[in-house]
Amino acid sequence: MKNLKLIIAREYNSRVRNKSFLIMTVLSPFIFAGLIVLVGYLSTLNRSGVRNIAVLDHSGLFENSFENTSKLEFTFLEALTLEEAKTIGQSGSYYGLLHIPEPTENFNFSNQPIEFFSDETPNVEIIQFLEKNLSNELTNRRLVINGVDLEKIKESKISVDIRLEDFKGEHTSKMSAWIKVIFGGVAGYLLMMFIIIYGNMVMRSVIEEKTNRIIEIIISSVKPYQLMMGKIIGNTLAGITQFAIWVILGGILMAVASSVFGMQLQPDVSANQEAAAMAESQMQTLIYEIMRLPLKTLIVSFFVYFIGGYFLYSSLYAAIGAAVDNEADTQQFMFPIIVPLMLGMYVGFFSLIDNPHGTVSVIFSHIPFTSPIVMLMRIPFGVAWWEILISMLILFLTFAGTVWVAAKIYRVGILMYGKKPTYKEFIKWIKY
Amino acid sequence: MSEFLRVENVSKKYGDYTALNNVSISVPSGSIFGLLGPNGAGKTTLIRIINQITMPDSGRVFFDGQPLRLDHVNVIGYLPEERGLYKSMKVGEQALYLAQLKGLSKQQAKEQLKYWFDRMEISHWWNKKIEELSKGMAQKVQFIVTVLHRPKLLIFDEPFSGFDPVNANLIKNEILKLKEDGATVIFSTHRMESVEELCDNIALINHANKVLDGKITDIKRQYKSNTFEVGLLSDNPEDLKKELKEKFAIEKTDFKSLEDELKLNIQLPGNVSPNDLLSFLITKAQVNHFVEVIPSINEIFIQTVSASKK
Repeated sequence: MKNLKLIIAREYNSRVRNKSFLIMTVLSPFIFAGLIVLVGYLSTLNRSGVRNIAVLDHSGLFENSFENTSKLEFTFLEALTLEEAKTIGQSGSYYGLLHIPEPTENFNFSNQPIEFFSDETPNVEIIQFLEKNLSNELTNRRLVINGVDLEKIKESKISVDIRLEDFKGEHTSKMSAWIKVIFGGVAGYLLMMFIIIYGNMVMRSVIEEKTNRIIEIIISSVKPYQLMMGKIIGNTLAGITQFAIWVILGGILMAVASSVFGMQLQPDVSANQEAAAMAESQMQTLIYEIMRLPLKTLIVSFFVYFIGGYFLYSSLYAAIGAAVDNEADTQQFMFPIIVPLMLGMYVGFFSLIDNPHGTVSVIFSHIPFTSPIVMLMRIPFGVAWWEILISMLILFLTFAGTVWVAAKIYRVGILMYGKKPTYKEFIKWIKY
Repeated sequence: MSEFLRVENVSKKYGDYTALNNVSISVPSGSIFGLLGPNGAGKTTLIRIINQITMPDSGRVFFDGQPLRLDHVNVIGYLPEERGLYKSMKVGEQALYLAQLKGLSKQQAKEQLKYWFDRMEISHWWNKKIEELSKGMAQKVQFIVTVLHRPKLLIFDEPFSGFDPVNANLIKNEILKLKEDGATVIFSTHRMESVEELCDNIALINHANKVLDGKITDIKRQYKSNTFEVGLLSDNPEDLKKELKEKFAIEKTDFKSLEDELKLNIQLPGNVSPNDLLSFLITKAQVNHFVEVIPSINEIFIQTVSASKK
């Protein structure tokens, strides 16, 4: 036990005192936040700019149906033929040309369709906007012909907003599903990243001891199993330290950001009460929805699944590290580790959006190699406690199994030099 | 002399490959024991079994009279053939860590380290990283971490390989001093000159089997062939040679001398004593050189290994 503590302390210190750990830990939240801001900024850049659309209306029906919006401006071309209009449209000052030919009786355009000309493939949103406007205008005109009073229709219109409520009587909102996907997704993704990053660290640390040739000196004092477990636990603690620092830094960053943006919002409140009230109530629903998530379960499960999933994978990483002489040789063994992680990630995301409690996601949230990721993603949608328990139980039993197998490979592998191992040899080593 | 370590009928197989086949050795306490054998003979496997790095398939090991226990590793100091240190860890920190793994408290480890660092005059390296040290400097540190927990049994696997001559000599003297202080030492090597110089007892392992063991003096006595190397100054060496050839088995040999003598190896039959030979020779020529041929360990080694090949 005393030796295990010593090994854990050494592993932990050599991780945490490392310069790259400090830089990674402190800088990455800032880099992450910076990236989000940058992406947000870039996408606003992309959207800005008003698009000018030329309209050639030979039917004369649509004079009033195209009002300029913040993104689109319409210019009506008068008394031109289509060919002339096309030349103007191509001259470059227009995004595209909408041509409305003379309709047959009853506003039918089936003989000569309405056309849109443009150099590039037109934006789907714009086309949908145009189609909607055209269809509205034509429908209204037909209604009038058929003797319907448009004013009456306007008067009769009523909008309905369905209020979502679960059977326990608590309100939910349409936002809630997305918040759950985001929370679950982020938790699952974080877990995967931690497993890969810290699993690699365990592997590198094993290889380091092998290439430094210190390994035989160490295992003449401690059991290989102790050394392996010490490494895994030491690195887990380093990972938890990093995560904790990120949570704290993230909290501070959030507080700073919200106070900065909060100040920017101030003038808007006086300028546009209604919008501000809307934003405020949206904010409230957001916070309300987040508070309504099973946060405690989520946090506790995150740690449990982190430890279980991490131990499971890093014991495999340790076995691989022990089997090879240098990092370049690890490539061939990385594939079987990465695949289930990626699979968990994709299955998680797609089944979540579709049906978080569907057969596929239920199965994958019990398979131990994917369960940490998939189950974490499902938890925000509400998973029965016994289901979580079963999945955790399977995970920890498997983890005990892989540690046992990994320890056998590790024990033999660390004393093997100058040979590129194969899977066949792994099996032989396990049998020793 | 009492027995410190006894290996009893130990066998070890790796799959189909037999690394050790029913090997027994006995190491007297306070002695230096040489474990000899060609590469791949099974020396390292035997050492790893004593260190409890590998478990034997069958057979037992007794340490100081008791069956080998887990905590015995704390009184063993092991310098493996494949050795090294954490490159990016500081010298002092690393030595402390390794000493604590051997069961020393932090305080004890510090005291011992201070003693050894002063003794080897390397105290100012405490905060240096191994990668900043030269190879020879790192070797000193390596030796210190092997011995600093005052082990009762020291095991050196090819201790002088990779050490420069100055450090090799330094370490040889340290090993002799540790022996004087009561430690038992096991040496594994195929460098025979160091065996002759240091070891009291040896065991020779070849192809997983022990082929020879015992006290060096006994073994030499066993392997000597009653042969004498002589240098004879005579007016008529050819006649003398003929005469000797009729009486004994002779062989031409060479050694350094001042005169141009007849240099021969003469093997005596069992009923002739060296004195008989000498008195006979005196009547025939001037005897400038008369030495019994004692086989070196190297010769015995080669002889035994090639014999076991057949």
